[in-house]
Amino acid sequence: MKVDCDISVRHLTRVEGHGNIRIRIEDGELREALWEVVETPRFFEAMLVGKRWDNAPWICGRICGICSIGHTLASIRGVENAFGIIPSLQTARLRLLLKHMETLQSHVLHLFFLVAPDFLGEASVLPLIRSRPEVVALAAGLKGLANDLCDEVGGRRLHPTRTVVGGFTMLPDRRRLSGFRARLLEAAEGLKQAAAIFKGFRLPDFVRETEFVSLKGEGEYPFIGGSLISSDGVTRPEPDYRLMTNEYLVLQSTSKWSKLSRDSFAVGALARVNNNFRLLRPEARELAREFGLVPVCHNPYLNNIAQLVECLHVTGDAIRLLDELLGSAWEQPRLEVTPQAGRGVGAVEVPRGILYHAYEFDEVGRIVSCDCVIPTSQNHANIQHDLTALARQSARQGLGDREIERLAEMLVRAYDPCISCSVH
Amino acid sequence: MPDSSSTPKNYLGVPVKRPKVAFFELSSCEGCQLQMLNNESSLLAFLDLVEIVRFREAMSGGGDDYEIALVEGSVTRSDEVERLKIIRAQARLLVALGSCACFGGVNQLKNRFPLDWVKREVYGEHPIDTAPARPLSDFVAVDLKIYGCPVKKEEVERIVTDLVIGKDIAYPDYPVCMECKANGNLCLFELGEPCLGPVTRAGCDAWCPNSRAGCWGCRGPATDANLAQMLAIMDERGFSRETVIDRLECFGGFASQVAALRAAGGHR
Ligand code: SF4
Ligand code: SF4
Ligand SMILES: [Fe+2]
Repeated sequence: MKVDCDISVRHLTRVEGHGNIRIRIEDGELREALWEVVETPRFFEAMLVGKRWDNAPWICGRICGICSIGHTLASIRGVENAFGIIPSLQTARLRLLLKHMETLQSHVLHLFFLVAPDFLGEASVLPLIRSRPEVVALAAGLKGLANDLCDEVGGRRLHPTRTVVGGFTMLPDRRRLSGFRARLLEAAEGLKQAAAIFKGFRLPDFVRETEFVSLKGEGEYPFIGGSLISSDGVTRPEPDYRLMTNEYLVLQSTSKWSKLSRDSFAVGALARVNNNFRLLRPEARELAREFGLVPVCHNPYLNNIAQLVECLHVTGDAIRLLDELLGSAWEQPRLEVTPQAGRGVGAVEVPRGILYHAYEFDEVGRIVSCDCVIPTSQNHANIQHDLTALARQSARQGLGDREIERLAEMLVRAYDPCISCSVH
Repeated sequence: MPDSSSTPKNYLGVPVKRPKVAFFELSSCEGCQLQMLNNESSLLAFLDLVEIVRFREAMSGGGDDYEIALVEGSVTRSDEVERLKIIRAQARLLVALGSCACFGGVNQLKNRFPLDWVKREVYGEHPIDTAPARPLSDFVAVDLKIYGCPVKKEEVERIVTDLVIGKDIAYPDYPVCMECKANGNLCLFELGEPCLGPVTRAGCDAWCPNSRAGCWGCRGPATDANLAQMLAIMDERGFSRETVIDRLECFGGFASQVAALRAAGGHR
């Protein structure tokens, strides 16, 4: 059957920010497949110029409401690297614990509130409150735990208050912190139920060979700092991030695009799992295998499963961090900061992929220039190439408009794009 | 929706009609909207009180028959002015949600520079459409402002509840210091940190000072804010005018005060 298809989705729903999908197929031939980003830029890289160093994490955290913790931590790392500050072990543990809980809350929000409705044939999570109360309760419980622990460590779940250059303004309450151990164990059980629910969903069958970029783990699954790696064999030190991102401008998008060894690459949970599979906790690796997720997996829809796998990983690792923190006495929360002229880069794996913040300072610590490269902006070109390939495959298979539209929307959603963040 | 009909709900034994509520976002981080989903414990009760007809970040489809519009973000492009006017025409009540919508938020920091320079700094010679970041009230009538970056979810829920049951909305007119002292915090000035608590509108329960982080004034000025007195404290404690201005101008709520300080002191 030769299909005609004309799809135009303006302001795709259940994603963060504003993007449009256009697909046109005539007589079985793909005419156009377009992933357009129309978000308004906010110009964070300009507004920071002339501001003192302490403004950077506070303002740059506001790039994104979903991963504000990740932005704040990347910004802090950029400043600390410029000033030659090495955080204490206690600070490193607390930051990673905070990071883990952001990963958990963001992945759960995406999987249950944004993705699951597609598989359950609903427009949103709201009808599920009636029809599948146990699913909604499970998601709310996991997200609630992650957010509560973010409050305890970071002072606030969104735009954290305690995270500063040099460490923390204030440390968590030990008694309350230890109370989270039981809730984390419970969450690990909850995630097994979540896995059972996702096993009931049929993920679309679509594969396109892709280059994957992430931090390179050394001894542990990587989240904060370290060298950069691609599945095509490129490795670079953290300060050379620009050789990894190669940003350029295109007319169809207010976000910049990126490329490395090919026309595009992907970052995110699937890239991390692909590049650092053997560093996952055993139970997480096992879960990945149960879903057929083994490296190198080239099905972008499996980013959803990679997120589920990471949920299990970070929950287990959070228990380890909690035990280490509770097993040692509190040291001072923050180090003295002495600004110096120079440049610093912070690379952090946030829920949607690797994020870079880079700053150049003058001798009193004022920002001379600033550069932020966002995971979703690195993914846009790859989304475009996937969309083209998916539309072509769908045309060949003779699928109808509605099915193509559903698959296309689910494809973009699988990347969990954070569009306003990508434009910043 | 849990229930698409406007079944009357009871509040203190009095039936109330569930109003149709829509969320919209202009230039923003979407954090204020997200605060609504972030309130796991009370989200369901809130959903019982209102009928959400549009929330793009969380749901597909949606109706245009909303009565209350909660608009997040600032206006930074002409198409956003058009969207805002359409929302205004439909909504009985237009609520500015968060500091971006109320004052321009962090986005207005770019207004310190010529627009041409701002565009070139980020996009080089590539064409890009943008305007200075402005609050909603520069373009349409705003019925209610909910302050904060981010907004405090308890406050949003309380205000929406008051709206639904027709109660007057009361804002505190005193500064954050009152809440901070009531919470028994050690004052940040005693710890050697600057804080805008003396001049910033309360209502956040001293969110930042409770975590030993100085206030940056995200909620704008308190009704009886005494800026001169706060400047005297800052001077006495050795904080530079630059430090004070960085904080005062961060979210746009103190725009006139900052302009006056700059004019007086020749600061950048
Ligand atoms: S006020 Fe703050 S939290 Fe709300 S949208 Fe603006 S930047 Fe985000
Ligand atoms: S910490 Fe800030 S808000 Fe609290 S009393 Fe001191 S100046 Fe006021
Ligand atoms: Fe950027």
